[in-house]
Amino acid sequence: MTWECVIGLEVHVQLGTNTKMFCAAANSYGEPPNTLVDPYTLGLPGALPVPNAEAVRLGTRAALALGCTVHPVSIFARKHYFYPDLPKGYQISQFEEPLATKGAVNIESPERGPISIGVTRLHLEEDAGKSLHDRLPGRTAVDLNRAGVPLAEIVSEPDMRSAAEARAYLTLLRQLLVYAGVSECSMEKGTLRVDANVSVRRLGEPKFGAKAEVKNLNSFANVERAIEVERARQIATLEASGRIAQETRLFNANTGTTKALRSKEESHDYRYFPDPDLPPLVLEQRWIDEQRATLPELPAAKRARFASVYGLPAYHAATLTLEQPVATFFEKTVLAGADAKAAADWILETVLTVYNESGTFPVTPDRLAALVLLVKAGTVSKQAAKAVYGELLTTSDEPADIANRLGLVQVSDAGALGKWVDEVLAAHPGEVARFKGGEAKLIGFLVGQVMKKSGGKADPKAVQPVLQEKLSG
Amino acid sequence: MKAAAVARDVAARLTETDSIGLNATLDWSADLLDREAARVDAMPAPMPLHAMPVALKDNIVTIEQPSTCASKILEGYVSPFNATAVERLRAAGAMMACKANMDEFAMGSSTENSAYGRVKNPIDHSRVPGGSSGGSAALVAAGVVPVALGSETGGSVRQPASFCGIVGVKPSYGRVSRYGLIAFGSSLDCISVFGNNVANAAAVLGVMSGHDPLDATTSPIPSLPLAPVDLPDLKGLVVGLPREYYPADLDPGVRAGLDRTIAAVRAQGAELREVSLPHSKYAVPTYYIVAPAEAASNLARFDGVRYGLRRLKDGDDVADMYRRTRGEGFGPEVRRRILVGTYVLSAGYYDAYYGKAQAVRALIAEDFRKVFAAGVDLLLTPTTPTPAFKAGEKADDPVSMYYADVFVCAISLAGLPAMSLPVGRSQGLPIGAQIIAPMFAEQRMLAAAQVLERVVSATEEVR
Repeated sequence: MTWECVIGLEVHVQLGTNTKMFCAAANSYGEPPNTLVDPYTLGLPGALPVPNAEAVRLGTRAALALGCTVHPVSIFARKHYFYPDLPKGYQISQFEEPLATKGAVNIESPERGPISIGVTRLHLEEDAGKSLHDRLPGRTAVDLNRAGVPLAEIVSEPDMRSAAEARAYLTLLRQLLVYAGVSECSMEKGTLRVDANVSVRRLGEPKFGAKAEVKNLNSFANVERAIEVERARQIATLEASGRIAQETRLFNANTGTTKALRSKEESHDYRYFPDPDLPPLVLEQRWIDEQRATLPELPAAKRARFASVYGLPAYHAATLTLEQPVATFFEKTVLAGADAKAAADWILETVLTVYNESGTFPVTPDRLAALVLLVKAGTVSKQAAKAVYGELLTTSDEPADIANRLGLVQVSDAGALGKWVDEVLAAHPGEVARFKGGEAKLIGFLVGQVMKKSGGKADPKAVQPVLQEKLSG
Repeated sequence: MKAAAVARDVAARLTETDSIGLNATLDWSADLLDREAARVDAMPAPMPLHAMPVALKDNIVTIEQPSTCASKILEGYVSPFNATAVERLRAAGAMMACKANMDEFAMGSSTENSAYGRVKNPIDHSRVPGGSSGGSAALVAAGVVPVALGSETGGSVRQPASFCGIVGVKPSYGRVSRYGLIAFGSSLDCISVFGNNVANAAAVLGVMSGHDPLDATTSPIPSLPLAPVDLPDLKGLVVGLPREYYPADLDPGVRAGLDRTIAAVRAQGAELREVSLPHSKYAVPTYYIVAPAEAASNLARFDGVRYGLRRLKDGDDVADMYRRTRGEGFGPEVRRRILVGTYVLSAGYYDAYYGKAQAVRALIAEDFRKVFAAGVDLLLTPTTPTPAFKAGEKADDPVSMYYADVFVCAISLAGLPAMSLPVGRSQGLPIGAQIIAPMFAEQRMLAAAQVLERVVSATEEVR
C-alpha cells in the first residue's frame, strides 16, 4: 500500500525591531535575565499596550515578500492561557482578522519539480518569555526578556508532501524574509522557529488524515528528520490497524523519536476575543502599496536577471543570489569593470569560502575587479593570479603592484621568449627531431619546458608561435 | 492660600473621618500630604488646580502609596509608575490626599465588596454610599476633599454621586487616559470625577483630559477646557426625556426630584421632548456579559508569579499555586465575575453570549445616536431607581444589586459622557438627576449642569 505524507508548517519569526511589539522595552538577545522589562512586559496593573509602528511595517513587508494580501483593517485579539512566562495571562495575537492572507511561494521539489506552496496567513503577535527548568534545582526560573518581542506567525497550506519539500519551503521562506530585511531568521537564536503539522493518507484518498503537530524543532535538518520519523510512525501505526490521534508531539533530537505532549481533547481553550485595549489596526492602501514598491529585488527576480543580463550559468546565478550581500558584492565587482563570468568564478571559488565562515568579505569589489582585469588583459596568468589574490588578503596594495613585486607579470615579448625557446630546443634535441618527424603533440611538452624555464612568467599563448617559428626554421 | 495650610486641614479632616468609622480611606499620611504641599508651594503660581486636594480611588496607581483595588491579592502592592491622570493633576498643582476604599476591583454597587470592610454613607451611616467608587464619593460628601477620582465601568461614579448627594462626571470613553487605571472592563473603563460642585469637577476633568501616547484608546481630539461655558439659562437647548428611564415603579422620592428638575429645565427655557431608547432595557444583562468577560481576561495577570499575593505549600505545582493564590486572594464577587466571564468566552458559548452581547451593545448605542441625531442636545433621567439602600440589604442578592445600575449601564456601553447632579433629598436621602450628552459633548453637558446647579437646591427636601 502506498502512503502519502501531508505537511503544513507554522513558522514564528521575530521581527528585527529596536523595541518590543507593544512597549518601549528593548528587543535584544543574550542580555542578563529580566533586564529588558518595563511595566507592560511585566504585566503590571495599569500598564497598556501601544502597537510598535516598525513591527507593523516589518510584518507588512514580510507578508508582501510572501505574496500575501495585506488587509487595510486587522484586529488584535487576546489568546488566554496560564503559564509563568506569560505575564498577563494572555498573549496579544491576531485571530479572526489577521494582517495578511493568501500568499504563495514557488519551490523546486526534489520529487515533483517546480510547485507552489500556499501561505494561508501571516499575523502579528507578541512572544512569550522563557521558562528555564534547569537553572535552579527543583524550581522553574522565568526570564521575561523575550516576552513581548514582536513575532510574525506564518502559516502554510498543507501543500508539502515530503520532508525535502518542507526543507525547500523553509529555505526559501528564510531567504525571502532575510532579503525583505524583516528578521535575521536564526534558528540558533530562536529568531525563527518551526512547528510541523504532519499527517499521512493512502495515495488517492481525498480526505486528510488526523494530524500531529510536531514541536521542538531546532534546526532545518531536525525539521526534516522529525517529519521523516513522524511519517514513518504514523504509517507503521496505521498498517498495524492503529489509529492516529490528533495531538501535539515533541521531537527528541537525541533519540530521533517523537512523543505525545497533549491531545487535542485536553488542549487549551484559548478564549480569543478582540483586545479592547487596542483599536483595529488600520493601514492606508497607499502606505501598503508604498511598502510593496520599496521591497528590495527578491531572489527569484534577481536570479533571473543575473542569468539574462550577465549571461551567467544557472548554477552561478542561483549561488550568487542565495544571500543579498553576495549578490551586491558581485554586482559591485562587475560595475568596477570585471568580466561577469570571471567575477562570478572568483567569488564562487574564493570569496564565498570566507563569507560563509565569517559573514564578511575578504577583499573589496574594486580590488577583486582589478585582479580579474589583470588576468583578462593577460598581464598575469590564472595561476599567478591566485598568488596575487593571497597577497590581496594581507596587504592593501593594488593587484598590479603585487604582480610586479612578486615578478608574476607574464612575458609575451618574442625577443625575451626566444632566448628561453632556444635554450629548450638545445636541451631537447631528441624531442625536436621526433617533432620534426611528425609527432605534432610534442609541441605541448616543449611549451611546458619553456614555461618551466621562465619560472611561470612566460605567456603560454605567446610561447607557441615563437616555438613553431623556430622549429620550422 | 499656601498648600501647606490646605494639607494640614485635609489631614485633620481625614483623621476625624477615620475616627467616626466611615472607612472611606485605605492609605494616607500627614507626612505624604506635607510633601505634596511642599512640592506645590514650590511651583510657579498660578496653577489651574493650585493646592487642590484630590482623593484617588485605589485602582489608580501612584508610586507613593499602595494600589490594592481593595483586594487581598494586591495587598501592599506599590506601582513603579504614576497613572497619566495623576501625573497631569500633579503638574497642574493638585495634591494627592489619600487612596480611597472601593468595591474589590471596582466590582459592586455598594462598596460592601471591599476586602478592607464596607464604606458608610456620610449622610446616613446605616446606608451604603453606592459603588464601586464609594470611598471617593464619601470623602467628597463628608467635605474632606472638594474633588476625588473614581472610575466607571458601568456607573461606578454616577451611582455613588447620586447616593451621596454630590456631582459625579463620567467623560466620553477615550477622553481620559486609562494608563495607570487597573483594568476591569477595558472597553468600558473611564477615570471619572466627583466634585462638591460642577466647576471643581469640570476643572479636574479638563486637566486630565486629552490624548495620551501610552493609551491607544484615547481620542486625538483636543482636551476639554478647565471651566464650562457660563450660560445664563438653557434657551435653545432640546432636552430629551427617554420614557424607558421613567418606569411606573420609580421610587416616589426619585420621581419628585426629577419632577422639580424637569420643571427647572423648562423654566430655564429649554424645550422638552419625550424620546425612546428601546434597547436600554437590555443594558444590565448585556453589561453583565461584556464586563465580566473583559474582567476575567484582565485579572488573569494576578497569578502570584511576579507581584502581589502568592500562596504556595510544599509539594504544590504551578497549577496549585494559581488555584490557591487566586482562590484566597480574590473575594466572592470577583470570583463570580471571573467565572461568568470565562464561561461566556468559552469555545461553543462565545457566539451565544459574548458575540450576542456585542451585537446588543451596538443596538443600545445606536438608540442614543438616533435620538441625538434627531435634534436632542441632552438627555435627562434619574441616576438611580431608589435613593441609597441599607447596608446588607442587597448583599446576598447579586442580581438585585446589579439592577441598582439600571439607568447608568447603557450609557457606559455606548461610551457616552454623562453625569449625576444632586437635585434634592427625599426623607433626608440625596436624589440624583442624570444628564447624558452625545460623544465628546462634555462641554454642553457641564454648562447645562452649572445652570441647573444654580436653580435646583441639592439639599432641599422634595415631595
